[in-house]
Amino acid sequence: MKVHGVQARGKEEIMTRRRIVTLALVAALGLAVPTSPVSAETPGVTGTEIRIGHTNPYSGNASAYGTIGKVIAAYFTKVNGEGGINGRKINFITYDDGYSPPKTVEMVRRLVEQDQVAFLFNTLGTPTNSAIHKYVNAQKIPHLFVATGATKWGDPQHFPWTMGWQPNYQTEGHIYARYVLKNVPNARIGILYQNDDYGKDYVKGFKDGLGDAAKKLIVMEQTYETSDPTIDSQIVNLKNSGANVFFNVTIPKYAAQAIKKSAEIGWKPLHLLNNVSNSVGAVLKPAGFQNSKDIVSTFYLKDPTDPTWKDDQGYRDWLAFMKKYYPEGDLADLGNVFGYTAAQGLVHVLKQCGDNLSRENIMKQAASIKNLSLPMLLPGIKVNTSPTDFYPIEQEQLAKFDGERWVLFGEIYDAGKK
Amino acid sequence: MTGARAWERALVVAALALACALPFALSGFRAFQFTQVGIYAIALLGLNILTGYNGQISLGHGAFYAIGAYTTAIMLDKWNVPYGLTIPVAGLVCLVAGFLFGIPALRLEGLYLALATFALALAVPQILKYFEHWTGGSQGIVLSRPEAPAGLTLTPDQWLYFMTLGVLVVLFVLSANLLRGRTGRAIVAIRDNPIAAQAMGVNTALYKSLTFGVSAAYTGVAGALSAVAVAFVAPDTFNVFLSITLLVGIVVGGLASISGAIFGALFIQFVPNWAQDISKAAPWAIYGIFLIVFMYTMPRGIAGSLKLVLNRLARASGGAGGPV
Amino acid sequence: MEIFLQQVVSGLATGGIYGSLALALVMIYQATDVVNYAQGEMAMFSTYLAWTMINAGLPYWAAFVATLAIAFVGGLVIERVVIRPVENAPILTIVIVCIGLLVILNSLAGWIYSYIQKPFPSPFPETPIVIGTVVFGAHDLGAIGVTLVVLVFLYVFFRYTMLGLAMRAAAQNPSSSRLCGIRVGWMLAVGWGLAALVGAVAGMMVAPIVFLDPNMMGGILIYAFASATLGGFTSPGGAVLGGLIVGVVENLVGTYVRFIGTELKLTVALTMILVVLVVKPSGLFGRAVVHRV
Repeated sequence: MKVHGVQARGKEEIMTRRRIVTLALVAALGLAVPTSPVSAETPGVTGTEIRIGHTNPYSGNASAYGTIGKVIAAYFTKVNGEGGINGRKINFITYDDGYSPPKTVEMVRRLVEQDQVAFLFNTLGTPTNSAIHKYVNAQKIPHLFVATGATKWGDPQHFPWTMGWQPNYQTEGHIYARYVLKNVPNARIGILYQNDDYGKDYVKGFKDGLGDAAKKLIVMEQTYETSDPTIDSQIVNLKNSGANVFFNVTIPKYAAQAIKKSAEIGWKPLHLLNNVSNSVGAVLKPAGFQNSKDIVSTFYLKDPTDPTWKDDQGYRDWLAFMKKYYPEGDLADLGNVFGYTAAQGLVHVLKQCGDNLSRENIMKQAASIKNLSLPMLLPGIKVNTSPTDFYPIEQEQLAKFDGERWVLFGEIYDAGKK
Repeated sequence: MTGARAWERALVVAALALACALPFALSGFRAFQFTQVGIYAIALLGLNILTGYNGQISLGHGAFYAIGAYTTAIMLDKWNVPYGLTIPVAGLVCLVAGFLFGIPALRLEGLYLALATFALALAVPQILKYFEHWTGGSQGIVLSRPEAPAGLTLTPDQWLYFMTLGVLVVLFVLSANLLRGRTGRAIVAIRDNPIAAQAMGVNTALYKSLTFGVSAAYTGVAGALSAVAVAFVAPDTFNVFLSITLLVGIVVGGLASISGAIFGALFIQFVPNWAQDISKAAPWAIYGIFLIVFMYTMPRGIAGSLKLVLNRLARASGGAGGPV
Repeated sequence: MEIFLQQVVSGLATGGIYGSLALALVMIYQATDVVNYAQGEMAMFSTYLAWTMINAGLPYWAAFVATLAIAFVGGLVIERVVIRPVENAPILTIVIVCIGLLVILNSLAGWIYSYIQKPFPSPFPETPIVIGTVVFGAHDLGAIGVTLVVLVFLYVFFRYTMLGLAMRAAAQNPSSSRLCGIRVGWMLAVGWGLAALVGAVAGMMVAPIVFLDPNMMGGILIYAFASATLGGFTSPGGAVLGGLIVGVVENLVGTYVRFIGTELKLTVALTMILVVLVVKPSGLFGRAVVHRV
């Protein structure tokens, strides 16, 4: 298989290595001077090219996310094939960090100092991005649309060069909390979450949403590690706690197990399933449609395996794109919608920049997106940013699974309008 | 001095000269990469003392790497201790931890020891997450990268590189002396024939646990340096795969050889990068092929093969050859 | 009481998973004196082959048998092609080759089949069996049954067949065996083949529970190591029993030791194994290996 635009780079890199080493030497010297002047010319931007850097786990136990980098590369190939952006082609350089923070630091430095990218885009993972957060802000390199649901990426006051993308996990936890308070009068809540930053963020948002009632309503919390083969024991404990609401903060593998196991031991709570694992094809189908009936979840993207979108224009375009530019990609993988949408968001920003591709202007344009609709976002959900709002997507909508497809209900929740 | 020795010494001097010149010829990013190599080399030397020289297989040295890294990170984060001071402390903490772990491990041999240490590698990230107040839980601890001391006109990258190189040289000289002397002979004797060693009056139990402690201390110092260089620690960095990578490093580099630690470090730092440059689709497949091919061509590691070549060179130039 | 029983039952089900892969590990260790770190990934890959055949329309049992055959041949070929060149190298060199094999198989599976998990059919009925208030998953019971059948098969094979005897001899004393006319090299290859076969059974029994994905065996391999260590690497029955014990103990620790909860249950289970090892260094049911001085 060929990763578009990546293999071509290899050759070019060898040819220009000498030049790059010289450039990097200059950059290294520049490092020593604390106040390096902002040059008129942005590194990585020429009359015909914009160089963009990216890291992703292509190896290791998080390699399931690798498809996001590949779909983004495929999308930029499409953009380049159609003439690029304002006459410039995108040169998308993506490296494997194996989801290991030290490797991310190394790869991001390679991108910035050796490959001289104009900016970083959609670097994936919470611990990995945490490790480069300070560095990119000290270097004043735009660090756009990071692929993580943690809350800390929208902090323009302290980190003016880093911007999030997807709705953050705490916001989503909040939505479920509101739903429970409104609809379940005698709630006794059991929570299962992954013992890491992702799981804890969800639980924090959920508890904040419940407010003072949290202590009273939550009857049990259980955790799992990604090395656990099954979570059966946790489900048995949750059932035994007498909970009638189940907040399920797990990745697809365990979400499907949880759905199946609850049905097997006859536990039928109100099941709140996190957005991370609400794919019809990858989770509900393996778990069994019958077992998945009446689960509630939140959405901001269109699930390509949900028959609801079968005739939707946005979905059809995505499908055509996948078939043409990324035929080896799995059509059931939500990562392929995620990357596609993020890449479209970036293309919008770069178009807005016009011919001024200075790092300042890229950041400025990224921070002034107004009501942008993207084809694979749910109808009514818009991207919005401002100099004080670095959370691009903040809207989500609840849906209930009817045994075959997700049925959206209620109004669109907007965390930005609190 | 035999011929092979002379060759060896010349190589060491040349390598040192090259190492000192390196950061001035390379970019900051490359200097950072070689700093990582130095850090890995220290960790690998530690593991090699235990596994290569003493014959105790450890699949859990990632745990000591983690303990070292967190000792430094917590001291920097909570008490603002100067980072130079935290590194020896991290080594001491790991010395004690390794010695203590080495006592029950005395009862275990080969496979069972390997799996017991593997358990340690599994448990440490969980424990780190559990004591959230100290360790920052799964969010980890973000640190600041140190600047070069005033008066030295070095970039932070060069400074970190030289600091690591300094620690590396000191630790390598220490271990070379240790292994060459009485202690070293006792350590190796325990590996080759424990019962005979005991009969000769070697206190096997004490030596084995001490070796465990020293080995852990080396790896802990490496962990501490990595916390300073990367300026970030998080529990999931120190997963089982780190321990396996370290084992790969000593075997590829060459068991029971001091220079093997350097070769192994170069391998685990750079080969994964080459693998991903070849294929983003399945980088691990390429890495795996590299590994297997390496083991086929050099079943005794790079240092083992190099030793053969050196011996042959020495013989060809009329030296005495002889065992090195 | 109800929760206690249900946790024990669920622990046995999970423990059965650990035990089935532990059996493959012990198998190869007995036959070749090597711990195969790629065992889990070999099982995963075999299960993908079964999945491909079932998806192509083959009936379950036909695919099952075909997979076992392919796994056996595959294991044989891997020994001949990949392991044989380093046969006489230090043991750690073989370990590294196995790790190389592990990452290759894992990466290839992700490349060929993507990382999206896939449902894998179970040959057992879906409706659980309920006794009193305790629920037994039909597949869980069936899987434990299959593991026990494999165990008996191995026991009989090693105890009562010429081939089994020859394999044991080849592993324990290669040079004497050679003098007796046993083709030691081929015995090792058959050992790898059989272990791959046992692993394939484990994979196909595990996949309906944890779903099929390239990383399916990662966590299980760790627990299988723990199980085999606890039971003793020289005892197939011990490995299965070790698996069941690990499964149950882990569940009970997670449920009843409040301050530990689920966050440290693995740590506690591992500590207990360490304690057992310190008392019995070759596992609960393992033979102490006698060293010649």
